[in-house]
Amino acid sequence: MQDKPSAIELVEAVANFIREHAMPQLQGHTAFHARVAANALDIIKRELEVAPAAEMQERERLAALLGHDGALEELNRELCGKIETGELTLETTALGEHLWATTLTKLAIDQPNYSGYRRALKEWQESR
Amino acid sequence: MAAGSENIASQLADVARAHIADATGATGLKRLSGGASQETWAFSATTESGEIPLILRRAPGGESSKRDTAVMLETEAILIGLAEKAGVPVPPVRHVLQPGDDLGHGFIMGRVEGETIARKILRDDEFASARPIMAAQCGEILARLHNIDRASLPELRVSPGASEVEQYWHTYKTHGHPHPVFELAFRWLRDNAPQNTELTLVHGDFRHGNLMIGPEGVRAVLDWELAHLGDPMEDLGWICVNSWRFGNIDNPVGGFGKREDMFAAYEAAGGGKVDPARVKFWEVLGSLKWGVMCTSMYEGFRHDGSVERATIGRRSSETEIDLLRLLAPRG
Repeated sequence: MQDKPSAIELVEAVANFIREHAMPQLQGHTAFHARVAANALDIIKRELEVAPAAEMQERERLAALLGHDGALEELNRELCGKIETGELTLETTALGEHLWATTLTKLAIDQPNYSGYRRALKEWQESR
Repeated sequence: MAAGSENIASQLADVARAHIADATGATGLKRLSGGASQETWAFSATTESGEIPLILRRAPGGESSKRDTAVMLETEAILIGLAEKAGVPVPPVRHVLQPGDDLGHGFIMGRVEGETIARKILRDDEFASARPIMAAQCGEILARLHNIDRASLPELRVSPGASEVEQYWHTYKTHGHPHPVFELAFRWLRDNAPQNTELTLVHGDFRHGNLMIGPEGVRAVLDWELAHLGDPMEDLGWICVNSWRFGNIDNPVGGFGKREDMFAAYEAAGGGKVDPARVKFWEVLGSLKWGVMCTSMYEGFRHDGSVERATIGRRSSETEIDLLRLLAPRG
């Protein structure tokens, strides 16, 4: 176990430093790339917060779909193969639910402001 | 041997004098963009009565290299000429470079002023009058473009739906990272690929960035390098991909208009009957294409360490949620 500050706190502090102190000193292309860099740190922060629990759930769903446990990447490769051959289809309800849950997590980390993600969340709330 | 960039200005002055009517020289040379496939330069030909704003498009360093999907610049110039005759707004081609011009492969065309940046077109007051009419303009323009007589076309890549799917499947598999949602989309596209469709000239990249816009709407269709023979519904589907709506999710056509307005104008301008199911096929393939292109950014990132490329790599998930909303809608 590492000491405080946590990785999440460190990443947050660096992103704040870039936005509040470094960027005002920069111009043009360098300022743009500094903003991109701060956004990348935001992705890391959200991944540190969300991914550990989400990946455990993803692996559990994959194990249920495929009938055996394994490493996350290997399970995903196997799932890809079964979708390609048509062995697993959307008519298998659990596949659709798995892909939705996994993709919503990816967006929560990568691009939580993306229009398609926000609309999907709204549609999901309205349907319940 | 083509001229290096330091010599372009003087070569262009010679070319302008020889090939642009009344030109006395060239001035104001400025590099606009440079990609792997071509360079774009802005300059003006000087005349006794004023300056003529022009664009030079040429192969990088003047050297032509044939890519898998891009047409040669000489072909692009022919297509722009045919489009102009068909009533498609384009910057008129003024001169196709010859070996004696010593500028390599490329052509000189008129420079149309306007805006190509989506966020400005979708938000700035200057374009408030353009936004409501642009979907219909796009429909009309595409109808004219697709109606160009096939017999008049230069030799082009032939790529109907099924072969486009296989092309991007190959790119995806080369990348190697597993994307179950992409697999689902590839499977759906293979099961739903249009069969035996009539093939026409297709622009291939009809969307923001390649449309020059003014307050009165579309001023010019640019960048014909991905033109090919394909399903005309391809152009109608590509401009509806959510990635090109820039947040205006309820305006499917480029974030500014409705599908129905584009379709109605397309049919009214003689573009033939629109098949919404086939347009959807191309929208699905379009989302997937952009998703696969985002994953390809990771390869570039591994070479140059660019943070910008790295973050674009993380945008492939945007297309995955769009694909799920198209193929497995909930609620």
